[in-house]
Amino acid sequence: MVGLLAYYLISNTLTNLERQSVATGFGFLNKESSFEIGESLIPYSAASSYGRALIVGALNTLKVAFIGIVATLILGTIVGVARLSTNWLVSKLASIYIEVMQDIPILLQLFFWYAIFYESLPSPRQALNPITGLFLCNRGVIFAVPQSHPAHKYMLLALIAGLIGAYLFRRWAKRRQDATGKILPVFRVSIGVIIGLPLIVWLAFGAPVKMNVPQLVGFNFLGGLTLSPEFIALLLGLVLYTAAFVAEVVRAGIQSVGKGQREAAMSIALKPYQVLNLVILPQALRVIIPPLTSQMLNLTKNSSLAVAIGFPDFVSVANTTINQTGQSIEGVALIMAVYLFFSLSTSAFMNWYNKKVKLVER
Amino acid sequence: MEAYVQQKPGEVLKPPVTSVGVIGWVKSNLFNGWFNSLLTIVTLYFFWKVIPPLVRWAFIDSVWNTTGAVCRGADGACWSIIATNFRFILFGFFPYDQQWRPLIAILILCGLLFYSRDRNHWTKHFGYAWIIGLVVMGFLMRGGLFGLPSVEPTQWGGLPLTLLLSVFGLTIAYPLGVILALGRQSKLPVIKWLCVVYIELIRGVPLISLLFMSSFIFPLFLPEGVNFPSILRALVAIILFTAAYIAEVVRGGLQGMSRGQYEAAESIGLNYYLTMRLIILPQALKIVIPPTVSILISAFKDTSLVVIIALWDLLKTTQSVLSNPEWMGFSREAYIFVAILYFLGCFSMANYSRKLEKELSREN
Repeated sequence: MVGLLAYYLISNTLTNLERQSVATGFGFLNKESSFEIGESLIPYSAASSYGRALIVGALNTLKVAFIGIVATLILGTIVGVARLSTNWLVSKLASIYIEVMQDIPILLQLFFWYAIFYESLPSPRQALNPITGLFLCNRGVIFAVPQSHPAHKYMLLALIAGLIGAYLFRRWAKRRQDATGKILPVFRVSIGVIIGLPLIVWLAFGAPVKMNVPQLVGFNFLGGLTLSPEFIALLLGLVLYTAAFVAEVVRAGIQSVGKGQREAAMSIALKPYQVLNLVILPQALRVIIPPLTSQMLNLTKNSSLAVAIGFPDFVSVANTTINQTGQSIEGVALIMAVYLFFSLSTSAFMNWYNKKVKLVER
Repeated sequence: MEAYVQQKPGEVLKPPVTSVGVIGWVKSNLFNGWFNSLLTIVTLYFFWKVIPPLVRWAFIDSVWNTTGAVCRGADGACWSIIATNFRFILFGFFPYDQQWRPLIAILILCGLLFYSRDRNHWTKHFGYAWIIGLVVMGFLMRGGLFGLPSVEPTQWGGLPLTLLLSVFGLTIAYPLGVILALGRQSKLPVIKWLCVVYIELIRGVPLISLLFMSSFIFPLFLPEGVNFPSILRALVAIILFTAAYIAEVVRGGLQGMSRGQYEAAESIGLNYYLTMRLIILPQALKIVIPPTVSILISAFKDTSLVVIIALWDLLKTTQSVLSNPEWMGFSREAYIFVAILYFLGCFSMANYSRKLEKELSREN
């Protein structure tokens, strides 16, 4: 029966497509797109192909999702801890924040922030300038960035080297602790290596401090880094909304660790940071991580609402492509495939993590 | 030897005045330790900086019932945009003199929902009352009988549309979700496999891709000449989407059932259908009432997404008011008003879910 239904639908679809004279297949990806995209991480122009336009969109989605996830984790943890604060005022404030943000649709919040940017901020000529080098206007947020310098490339390499070094050191320290029982100052050494190496490179290049400060030229700013109103509204909405859910996850995780655990850890004379690092966090994280990843995934999926405020994310670019080529089936299939890829890879990670932290019962 | 007998009651020492009453409360909740004191002071400073200007903007300097031109001169909020346009925001293009009909439909819905709060009222008769209520609501919206002029679904908009999408979306998605959850546990590999793929596929993609599908692809599936109104197509997308989430929630409840329940039902000779209907589902669905309510909340919020495929829901009517030159630039006030409406709906549902959770944990 399912087969018959499928046959009926497919035959209908084919006749309809034929009538509208729409070609099927993904051949359109190589055609010239002939539309502009406001912001792009890779070189793109209207002469580029649809395929490239879609890659630009996917990269923009990844950009929003990545920055959004980092910011959400920070804000969500702060609000979640504040919710458990013994300070009545702070705890109430956090719970009001959580309740209000959870109960207003994300789309409405995006429209709201976008309208704030669009309507309330002045034009570039009267841009607000709260601190030196930072301008707020209806074209977005413009701020000064360090002038590009050959040192930056090497600093990035040094940072990566530092991260790898810290990881290797940590592994070695763990093995040494297992063998000899001696505890090395892993945290301090890691921080030192991660920050220290780029710093040494920076000093070796003569400590370049020149900044690229935005200048008002004509009706717009030149130089500096510009974040468009669409991007900021999207980021702000996603972060503020998802942080409320993350805060609840963090709160539940911390509360799931019994009071006795902390007391027991203190009674064997662990230092406060050891209590947190060795006893509380490993147990809380086991509870926190699974719902947290699903919130991160929600943030990524919600970033598709960018289409409503005009940020060129993947869905938005795919929507334009559909409207121009009429190849709706392929377009929607691409949207679904991209998001499915994100969510399947996330759940693969989750399975791996769950296996890793599963309690080994003796 | 002299016995010591206490003749009068000993003096009762009162706790120091600084540890009881208001002072005690303030001391133990706001100023215990230097860090909390600092936090309190910073928070109070923040309140002092933010609240007075906000109150001045929203209430003191605001204008409530004027034209857009007067609004532009005012320092505060322009609530006139709501006062002047609230009937359009709430009811969209529904014929102006007929707008009592959606109003009554909403009131019936609120009444039914309010009466459903108490779980003692969940009887079969009340179920019939719900069905009759939904039919009456549909009739009030559509008209065309008993002398009521008929109103095309394309003219439905605003709050009734939002509520319609969420209520009908959920009442149809719920049984579908239960069936999917049961299918996922099926012993037939084909059915199990189909259900797993469906659930994981839908949960992996954003709702907006389904809405696109309903507006772009769905018409292609149909033979020439057959056309569904776009509201129905959006409703189908919302149902398909919500059903997958409900299936996951119900699966949690089914997995919470112990094997003994299945075996006991089998041992008294119940077949699969009766086992599910009489033994398993009543228990499993009861466990998952709280997460189901949170699905209801997110479905209610998600109906706002239909604005992207150009349906005239609450958000779209608001935006259309904002695109009127007279009211351009007062987005904040308009969006705050819509946010309050959504907040009231979601907050009362969330509150109800918390109350239920407490009741259920007390029963078990």
